[in-house]
Amino acid sequence: MPNRPQPMFPEHDTQAFWDAAKTSQLTYQVCKDCSTVVFSPRAHCTDCGSENLDRRVSKGAGTVYTYSVVRQNRVPAFAEMGAYAVAYVDLDEGFRMLTNIVGVGDPTKDVHIGQRVQVEFEAQDSGEYPIPVFRPV
Amino acid sequence: MNQARNAAIVGLYEWPKRVDPDVSAMEIKALSIHRALEDAGLKWSDVDGLYDANDGEGGGGLGLAPYLGLHPRVIDTTSVGGTSYEFQVAHALRDIAAGRVNVAVLSYGSKAASQRIPIGTGGPRGAGNWQANMENPYGSTLISNYAMVAMRHMHEYGTKSEQLAEIAVTTRAHAMRNPQAVQAMQDLQFMNIREITVADVMESRVIADPLHLLECCMVSDGGGALVLASPEIARGTKKKPVWVIGSGEAIQYKRNGGDITTSAAAQSGPRAFAEAGVAPSEIDIAMIYDSFTITVAVMLEDLGFCKKGEVGDFVTGQNLRWDRPGLTLNTDGGGLSSNHPGMRGLFLLLEATRQLRGESTSQVAGAKLAVAHGNGGMLGSTHAGGTVILAAD
Repeated sequence: MPNRPQPMFPEHDTQAFWDAAKTSQLTYQVCKDCSTVVFSPRAHCTDCGSENLDRRVSKGAGTVYTYSVVRQNRVPAFAEMGAYAVAYVDLDEGFRMLTNIVGVGDPTKDVHIGQRVQVEFEAQDSGEYPIPVFRPV
Repeated sequence: MNQARNAAIVGLYEWPKRVDPDVSAMEIKALSIHRALEDAGLKWSDVDGLYDANDGEGGGGLGLAPYLGLHPRVIDTTSVGGTSYEFQVAHALRDIAAGRVNVAVLSYGSKAASQRIPIGTGGPRGAGNWQANMENPYGSTLISNYAMVAMRHMHEYGTKSEQLAEIAVTTRAHAMRNPQAVQAMQDLQFMNIREITVADVMESRVIADPLHLLECCMVSDGGGALVLASPEIARGTKKKPVWVIGSGEAIQYKRNGGDITTSAAAQSGPRAFAEAGVAPSEIDIAMIYDSFTITVAVMLEDLGFCKKGEVGDFVTGQNLRWDRPGLTLNTDGGGLSSNHPGMRGLFLLLEATRQLRGESTSQVAGAKLAVAHGNGGMLGSTHAGGTVILAAD
């Protein structure tokens, strides 16, 4: 199993996101006052400053906005992975997240901008939080 | 248009060695300040404004003044990564124009090469904060962060790796004319220390798709200092003043639905040009932060030197070399081939000033106007853009 760096707590803004990840839920926020989609998680609306945010569960379907394939990373957990794809994925609900694209034969050839992907929660060798990553559909 | 003359760069010093085991980062800062003041013909005790990016070891707001032995009236610790110095020049301009400062000093010192800090391919940053908790699990290196901008730029506009490579070819040509840059490449054990070709860049190994090794800046030691002064003082310094006629500051970051190919320069640039009362087409020298080729490409567009999406054609054919007509880019050799100790923004200002003094190793005859545009943080996510426009006396 992979052994990625875990989120570290106490950290109030991201605690609920990672707690939801434990039950395979990818969450985002919507402002109750102006309907702006807020991500990454925080306590206020980035468009109007409102403190009234609704936390919702994403369907986890999205599109690769851009990506790169990392060939060199000195951190042991990533050095052991070989080449891997980092990406920004635009979720259908309107938020963009940094992630990895997994489940491809050769990330230098099999990942594309515009590709449709679906979230999955990757269990880790150590640490309690599974990491949401995306796989082409 | 008549440009305001409220503050000038009057002294500078660039630390010559890019690998220097015999000096600390704080020593680089202090000695550079002393030598920059000598360059201006000013005294240690003349300094009444201190600007510091919290670099070095034991510097910062509570560290640098006691280390230097100064009692400045203004202490500004603006720290926005590599472009801290463009922001600080903007603040020094404001402070001098307001009469709060007469002689302002900026400094930088870093031992990134000697300490073998893996800036581009290193580990997680800022553990346990709102950004790090969403990013660190994914292993996006600094280089892949920038590479994602390049990938999207290529997708949107058809930009080619061969076109981005032209930027590295141009800066290497300038580096080969700069003895300190040549020494840097020797000390850092570069292979093939010579002018390079587009093919050389394309054949160098990929670090993070689509960026090749020769599209990435070096990691060096280094530093330097810059002295700014009021018009009254600038008229009496040793060398001709170089006037700060405009500045702009901005932050950009990852936004839902945002365009990753447009940087903070699209905000800071127009602010600086408006303040200066000049147009991009009038600029002779562009000193643009070349952490990577894509950084320069995006900023040439965002600063208005060419239209968004057209930078590939703009840089093709080595048009930005010092010996070609029109705009000239990064005449010291840049971060790609001269020095990059982590925060390169100061060197942009140093070389822009040397050009307007007529002191560059790739001197453009009659250079009158220069832009220094720095980038701090990460182009593909949160970054700062600082634009400074300079005019010869």
